[in-house]
Amino acid sequence: MNETKLSRGEGLGGALRLHPLLRMVLRRLGTGLMTLFVVSLIIFFGVSLLPGDFAQAMLGQGATPAAVASLRQHLGLNLPPSIRYVHWLGGMLQGDFGYSLAGTRISSILGERLFNTLFLAAYAAVISVPLAVLLGIIAALYRNSIVDRLINVVTLGAISFPEFFVAYILVLFFSVRLTLFPSLSQVSLGMPIWDRLYVCLLPALALTLVTMAHMMRMTRATIMDLLSTSYIETARLKGIAPWRIIVQHALPNALAPIINAIVINIAYMIVGVVLVEVVFVYPGLGQLLVDSVSKRDLPLVQAASMIFAAVFILLNLLADVLSIVTNPRLLHPR
Amino acid sequence: MTDMAIRQDNLLTVRGLKIEARNAEGDWHEIVHGVDLDLKRGEVLGLIGESGAGKSTIGLAAMGFARPGCRISGGSILFDGIDLASASERTKRALRGARIAYVAQSAAAAFNPAQRLIDQYAEGPVRHGVQSRAVAYDDAKQLYRRMQMPEPDTIGFRYPHQVSGGQLQRAMTAMAMSCRPDLIIFDEPTTALDVTTQIEVLASIKDVVRQFGTAAIYITHDLAVVAQMADRIKVLRYGCDVEEAAASTMMSAPREEYTRSLWAVRHMEKPAAAPVEEAMPVLSVRNVTAAYGGRRKVLENVSLDVHRGRTVAVVGESGSGKSTLARVIAGLLPPVSGQVLMDGGVLAPAVANRSRQDRQRIQMIYQMADTALNPRQTVRNIVGRPMEFFLGISSAEATARVSRLLDMMELPADCANRLPSELSGGQKQRIGIARALAAEPQLVICDEVTSALDQLVAEGILKLLMRLQQEMKLSFLFITHEFATVEAIADDVVVMQHGKIVDQGTRQEVLHPPRADYTKALVAAVPQMNTGWLEQQLQGRS
Repeated sequence: MNETKLSRGEGLGGALRLHPLLRMVLRRLGTGLMTLFVVSLIIFFGVSLLPGDFAQAMLGQGATPAAVASLRQHLGLNLPPSIRYVHWLGGMLQGDFGYSLAGTRISSILGERLFNTLFLAAYAAVISVPLAVLLGIIAALYRNSIVDRLINVVTLGAISFPEFFVAYILVLFFSVRLTLFPSLSQVSLGMPIWDRLYVCLLPALALTLVTMAHMMRMTRATIMDLLSTSYIETARLKGIAPWRIIVQHALPNALAPIINAIVINIAYMIVGVVLVEVVFVYPGLGQLLVDSVSKRDLPLVQAASMIFAAVFILLNLLADVLSIVTNPRLLHPR
Repeated sequence: MTDMAIRQDNLLTVRGLKIEARNAEGDWHEIVHGVDLDLKRGEVLGLIGESGAGKSTIGLAAMGFARPGCRISGGSILFDGIDLASASERTKRALRGARIAYVAQSAAAAFNPAQRLIDQYAEGPVRHGVQSRAVAYDDAKQLYRRMQMPEPDTIGFRYPHQVSGGQLQRAMTAMAMSCRPDLIIFDEPTTALDVTTQIEVLASIKDVVRQFGTAAIYITHDLAVVAQMADRIKVLRYGCDVEEAAASTMMSAPREEYTRSLWAVRHMEKPAAAPVEEAMPVLSVRNVTAAYGGRRKVLENVSLDVHRGRTVAVVGESGSGKSTLARVIAGLLPPVSGQVLMDGGVLAPAVANRSRQDRQRIQMIYQMADTALNPRQTVRNIVGRPMEFFLGISSAEATARVSRLLDMMELPADCANRLPSELSGGQKQRIGIARALAAEPQLVICDEVTSALDQLVAEGILKLLMRLQQEMKLSFLFITHEFATVEAIADDVVVMQHGKIVDQGTRQEVLHPPRADYTKALVAAVPQMNTGWLEQQLQGRS
């Protein structure tokens, strides 16, 4: 009885003999999609619970009841919520986010805004990630020294202020006093890359300052943890120089938690960027979300929220996959 | 003048070495109190002693290295004319790996998990400018072959987790040899290995050390091992010299009382037990097959009986399924098939489904008393809790019983109010025993309870267990990989290999002389105290 059960189990395992890494990635991908599905439910029905009628809002206060009813009919607002949800989800899967309050296609608005937000996040990440990891390594190498304390105080100081405050301080110094950089980061589609980098420097710096401390401290703490391991002692007893020990022996084993901290911060640069975008009047997704909430543009709110959720889930998925890839036990099974 | 002569001949001359360690309050206190050490080129010095003797600390100090929280506070460490006690970090770094190398106890922990073995091998020669990477690779393969590792040309391209423990230890020795150092410190290199693996690794180490004429300091707590490896032996205790002599002299005629007591531990033997009187065993394991996660079977069709007042020793190498058997009996791992009976009644496969009374009847003692005791609970609560839970007695009554039990464990009464961290290793294990006995069980499963302890401390624990068995008519299922322990405590012996029982019976039947072929191989691999044993074994094979 048990014999047959065992052998069948082995047979099944043989049929699905994927690389364990691939299997794990697929499993995480499945969980990610499930999460996204649940999030879509919450966003759709949560927004539906908000008071107000979309057709009424679209037509304005002066609209006749008949016109409102006919628009409701046209937009399918009379259908039961479950049907509308299916239509909404189905449309999104095909890249159709529906129409905004102003009657424009949401997908055409979103495209540029999303690009702007991703551009700013990438810009900030390119500055802050290498800087944070480098500072973390330096802090670990010269632990408990004045250098270490200085790095800690400065990064912690930057993170202790609200980001809009950091943004205004940057504007005060670099735009108002020194007049080096513009205080408004207005970008348009055809803009040359150098101009774009120039006008976006201050918001990118603001994001760098508010995200660096976490990544730096995670790098420092993880490396410090590993310094007491037996293989670091072995490296020391092989006569390897301290900085090489940290970069070659500690860092590769510290990657998983560091990558996690990095990805959470990159996600924050995309999703939590709202205040910085507002300060610099930067035409990104966060500002769009704020505007559409104040205008009660519910389809736009739903679409932007979904994109934020998807970005967050995707990045976390990426973090999971990267932590697996950096683990030799999983990458090179016995 | 004579002193100078010795020094010129010596590779390493340590004089009056003092090392301090910092305690939790941040105060420095001395742990090595002025040790002298002389080592000629090509000579192997064995350092032995119990834990806390300062063996590893002294071994590392020979490289001018002190672990974090320790510092070399006095004396000189002359290595080939350079005083490592006062040399700069840069000077020491140039010597380490190149002229003095280190082999750690656990190769599994001492290899960087994120790098291939051969890259870790090549790192030393490349960084010290001895060889190019390509030459180091070729050299590594030759050494791997010399050390009789399987697939020597490709094994280096594996990651540490892809290689077995014995092979890792050899790769570690090869790595230490990479720059052909003058001196290697071996810090208990075979302690974590099975006996049959240990003999192979010992042979490999001995072979390369001899081939390259490398001097070595061989640190171990195993006397039989040091007898095979060392030319001279130095005995240490509490950071002080006890005595030093040539290996053969030391083995045959130790001078000091302490050394003699270390030597004597190995000769404990339990008198042969009377034949079994009762027909009904206390514990009966019937045709148990078990597996983890429905995969490969780790136990196959295992059956054994434990009778009242007797000790059944389960011996085997790691991976033989000994500990899994304990988990099945305790109900921690429900078997795939088969039954566990207690006094003739079938026990539920999972501990969660067993009655309180059933759970009370079987108690466990673990290998690592350190991790088996809750560090935040006082001894009174650790031992008193099972009494209150299983026996339903009042808190005051439990406190009284705890102090009686501690007395039986030969522990001071004020132990009750202490935390586990305030106790020594042997004391912690006694608390582990007290906790098991607090429930008044019929069967106690002992899982390698003395493996982590020093020989003298282990002897005390074994004697205690034997006394408790006589007084309380306890039954023990004793899991171990040490034959010396089996001789000391077992009435019956079960030999396991690859999840199956190879042989079982009384100790006389199974071991005197060894009956099964596998048992013979196991017993033959246990190092003996006479100095030529390893050579004899190796010759006998070829």
